[in-house]
Amino acid sequence: MDAATLIQTLLNSVVASSIYALVAVGLALAFGVMKMANFAHGEFFMVGAYCVYVLYALVGLPFPLAVVLAIPIVALFGVVVERLIFRPTRKNILAGFMATAGLAFVLQVLAGQIWGVGIAKSIPTPYMGAANVGDATIGWQRLIVIPCAFAMLLALRYFLYRVKLGKALRACAQDPEIAALQGIRTNRMTMLAMALAGASAGLAGALMAPIHAVTPYMGHGVILIAFVVVIVGGMASIEGAILAAVILGFIHTFVTTVTDNLIATMVGVGFMALTLIVRPQGLLGRERA
Amino acid sequence: MSVPSEPASAGLDVGIAMRRFAPLLVLAAVLAALCVLGFELKPYHREIAIVFFINVIMVTSYRLITTTGDWSFAHVVLMGAGSYGAALIAKHAGLPFGVVVPMAGITAAIVGAAFIVPLLRTAGFGFFIASFAMGELVRLIWVKVQFPFGGTRGIINIPSPEIVGLRLSPPVPYYFTCFIVMLAAVFIMWRLDRSRIGNAWKSIHSDDLLAECVGIDVARYRSLAFITGSFFAGIAGALLAYRMGAIDPRNFDLTTMIYLIIWVVVGGTATFWGPIIGLVVVTIAFEWSRPLLEWRPLMFGGVLIFFLIFLPGGLESLVPKVSNALRTPPGQQFERLRTWLTTFASRT
Repeated sequence: MDAATLIQTLLNSVVASSIYALVAVGLALAFGVMKMANFAHGEFFMVGAYCVYVLYALVGLPFPLAVVLAIPIVALFGVVVERLIFRPTRKNILAGFMATAGLAFVLQVLAGQIWGVGIAKSIPTPYMGAANVGDATIGWQRLIVIPCAFAMLLALRYFLYRVKLGKALRACAQDPEIAALQGIRTNRMTMLAMALAGASAGLAGALMAPIHAVTPYMGHGVILIAFVVVIVGGMASIEGAILAAVILGFIHTFVTTVTDNLIATMVGVGFMALTLIVRPQGLLGRERA
Repeated sequence: MSVPSEPASAGLDVGIAMRRFAPLLVLAAVLAALCVLGFELKPYHREIAIVFFINVIMVTSYRLITTTGDWSFAHVVLMGAGSYGAALIAKHAGLPFGVVVPMAGITAAIVGAAFIVPLLRTAGFGFFIASFAMGELVRLIWVKVQFPFGGTRGIINIPSPEIVGLRLSPPVPYYFTCFIVMLAAVFIMWRLDRSRIGNAWKSIHSDDLLAECVGIDVARYRSLAFITGSFFAGIAGALLAYRMGAIDPRNFDLTTMIYLIIWVVVGGTATFWGPIIGLVVVTIAFEWSRPLLEWRPLMFGGVLIFFLIFLPGGLESLVPKVSNALRTPPGQQFERLRTWLTTFASRT
């Protein structure tokens, strides 16, 4: 591998890591609060991408506005899913998980029936051209993913550690009963967690829309990687999810560059199996998966 | 004057006998009906029945794994391991049907044994998603590796099944082949369910720490359940491979797995027969919904959500409720309905 390819692969790794982190953080956050395990998280990603398709490619809004609008739309989706699926099935984690697997079916069919199944939706690239880094070139469209993801993750971190509401959310994640004794409304917190999960997955999908093939089934590949990241990072740990996202982003991109995408996915899953054997609680997790 | 008391006691005896033998009579009637149907069904419906028998093995073996509390998401992939095993053995080793089917079961059991090593480290939700990822790994290997799995096109020209010179491939013999294999598999799993091993599995589900304290090797029994379930999934996979004559990785994807979950959830897993009831009901609904082909996943996804929220015990949980309602006098029934409605109204 020569220097140009190496730099190119490193940059691509950072892009992949950012997207994985955005998707996995929401999954880990929702799982941390009241053990909401969302199988339709990949479909949130898909809805985010379709938001950009509709608002930018069909309606003609500017691309940044379409991306920003996708965040509250998918966050609202998250709230609805919490209210209609996770709250009634709170007693049983698996019931909520399987019900969201059913929801994944529902959302796929809806997207397919409204906008067509067939070939991937074509979205004109909003930022043409490429940046030269050393001998390597990388498209602007990919590069802007990095600052956007960083901004979102930093905002999330600020919210969780500095804002009162965010602290309440973390308290609820640690112990819902004690948090409730302090006057924290558990139902509000679960809604908030799902809203944040939807927002981050929606942003990831919106940013990837011009790069990724937009189809009703695009969530499937995303959810597999997100699960692997969350297990490797340690189920409910947000920091663990980000660390694992970076590790797997690099592994996946490097293996893809050397061989191909399928083998990279296999290596990722193999890495997960190995983590489970050596360290069942994940890299930064406290309890076993 | 001892005569009048006699009909009453005889009536009681008949009642007890009815209750004891009614399930057996129903079972015998169903089996007899299925034997007759083997000859009488139209070709299309016979094909559905063959797939139904294969799926009965799938749901029953899946339920066997869930008795330990482990909900696997890799069961369809393990069925695929059986299909690929059967296809490769039948094609390249040229072995007969009677040998290939058990070997396919053993193939799936070996793959299952490899799966369970990392999966034992997880429980509950972690088990679910880790098994999903492991299953995807195997499926991707089938997609990727050209020899011997044939990549995305899979394996074609699987030899037609034969047993001591008797061709099983025509629909009627194959119907009965699947029927008999299904009966044998279900019978073995039923006996297992009621054996000491089955009780050990259920004890892990109700309280794994207590089970361990009583001296049950939890890891060993969980592995045993998973490997046994995989074995029967492999048998089902072999029957499927022979019926279709060609298999590819798409036969064993996530969609099929979610349908398996729908069958099991609609029926319920508390009793042995629940998943089979669920399979019967959903199969009928599935055939009715044929005109709405592209809306089907949406409908059955909705059914899954509905059952998990409003009827988490599945259809089987209705049976005691209905029989209770039939036994109580109408006045009390009305009273009960009223209290139920008021509690329901106050809850929402």
